[in-house]
Amino acid sequence: MKRRDFLKACMVCGAATTLGVSKKAWGAGSFEGYPEGMGVLVDLTRCVGCRSCEAACNKEQKMPAPDVPFNDLSVFEEKRRPTEKALTVVNRYETKKEGESAGGPVYRKIQCNHCNEPACLTSCFVNAYTKTKEGAVIYNPKICVGCRNCMIACPFNIPGYSYSSAFNPVVKKCIFCHETRLKNGRPPACVDICPQEALTFGHRNDLLKIGHERIRETPDRYVDHIFGEKEVGGTSWLYLSGMQFEQVGLDPTMGNEPIISNVKEFLGTVPMVLAIWPALFTGFHLLSKRKQDHGDHGHDHDKKEDGK
Amino acid sequence: MYAVRNWLTGGILMMVLTMAPADGIAKAVPDTISLDALVQLYDAVNFNHSKHINLVKDCEQCHHHTTGTLVTDKNCVRCHKNSGATAVVACRGCHAIQTFSAEALRGKDRNTYHMDKLSLKGAYHQGCTGCHKKTGGPTGCQDCHALKNTGDAFYNSGSNAPKQVSKAGKHGGH
Repeated sequence: MKRRDFLKACMVCGAATTLGVSKKAWGAGSFEGYPEGMGVLVDLTRCVGCRSCEAACNKEQKMPAPDVPFNDLSVFEEKRRPTEKALTVVNRYETKKEGESAGGPVYRKIQCNHCNEPACLTSCFVNAYTKTKEGAVIYNPKICVGCRNCMIACPFNIPGYSYSSAFNPVVKKCIFCHETRLKNGRPPACVDICPQEALTFGHRNDLLKIGHERIRETPDRYVDHIFGEKEVGGTSWLYLSGMQFEQVGLDPTMGNEPIISNVKEFLGTVPMVLAIWPALFTGFHLLSKRKQDHGDHGHDHDKKEDGK
Repeated sequence: MYAVRNWLTGGILMMVLTMAPADGIAKAVPDTISLDALVQLYDAVNFNHSKHINLVKDCEQCHHHTTGTLVTDKNCVRCHKNSGATAVVACRGCHAIQTFSAEALRGKDRNTYHMDKLSLKGAYHQGCTGCHKKTGGPTGCQDCHALKNTGDAFYNSGSNAPKQVSKAGKHGGH
């Protein structure tokens, strides 16, 4: 039996080595976006809270009519989040800059940030999400099974859910106007309409340069950080702010690792475990039975074992 | 005979030359301007130019150096120390109507220094409302341009406002 044992050992060790260390799995977190990926630079020092972006999104994506007119500013009294009927919302934050007597309100537009390594895409087990080469993270509502794992995974709590639909509930979120505009190189509807040009559309790499240039030219106006440049692996929608980011609802401690890194190392060991552990424990088992009678391979049992 | 011809040529030539406007200075400065490049949702703005000239006095506040004033902003002075009057003074001469056109993103504008240049709409709003906030001028949207019917449809406001939903039927907001 020595040749068979030898061949078995070869197969097991070969399988373990090839499956155990998968180089691609360890590469996550280094994706900096597609080279032609587009993005939007959101300058919170320019937004005045007119909500034209919400109106434009509603019309472009053919959403149902809102409960309240889009130029009604009383909605700012509570904080809102994107829902199935509003893929983007603007919130107002009352803040005060150091040294200023009267702090003005600051407004922030909230929408999907179209991350480079999206957590929603990572968590979706039916592969409903796609990161397109234009930079948009889109999803296919026909594939979506409505499990809402992506809503849990998203570090920004963006995807909304159509709770109102009983038989076909799906996730809904901003798609960067991919079908209607981005595919043709045009900016999304919200960017187009913004009267203050708080939203700047362009290639993500160019926007990073523009953002840093704005900070350099007017350093008193901005916090020296572009939110989304590195956070959670980098996002396509980048934020510049005059206030500290936690004051406008963005978490600057969320770290630069994409969400997939929380599970990548654990899951990366699974093939190796499945290959090595059976072999290893078989080995232990055989070792533990070593002292027994070696001739006992056959089907015939010794007479003295009968009747035990 | 030739003397008459010479006199006529010389005379007419001089009349024409003296009537031609000097470099930008003798150009007509309009009293009011109708800002109508972007009239989809709001009416055109009837901009009282002469009033602003009297209030602001310093052309550089809006026109940068194009009317011949000296540049003072430290970020501009680096290159525009000696920049003077230009042929085009109107805002839409340099600030594009189309925000983020495909050509601009694809081509030449990516490598110019002013790659962060505002579009016309952005320049008007940041320029006008920026100054109005400091000086107490109109800052509301409809203070300068009234909403049209297409605007009402867009914002679901006015005659297009949603009907009041009874509170009892609503789930609590998020």
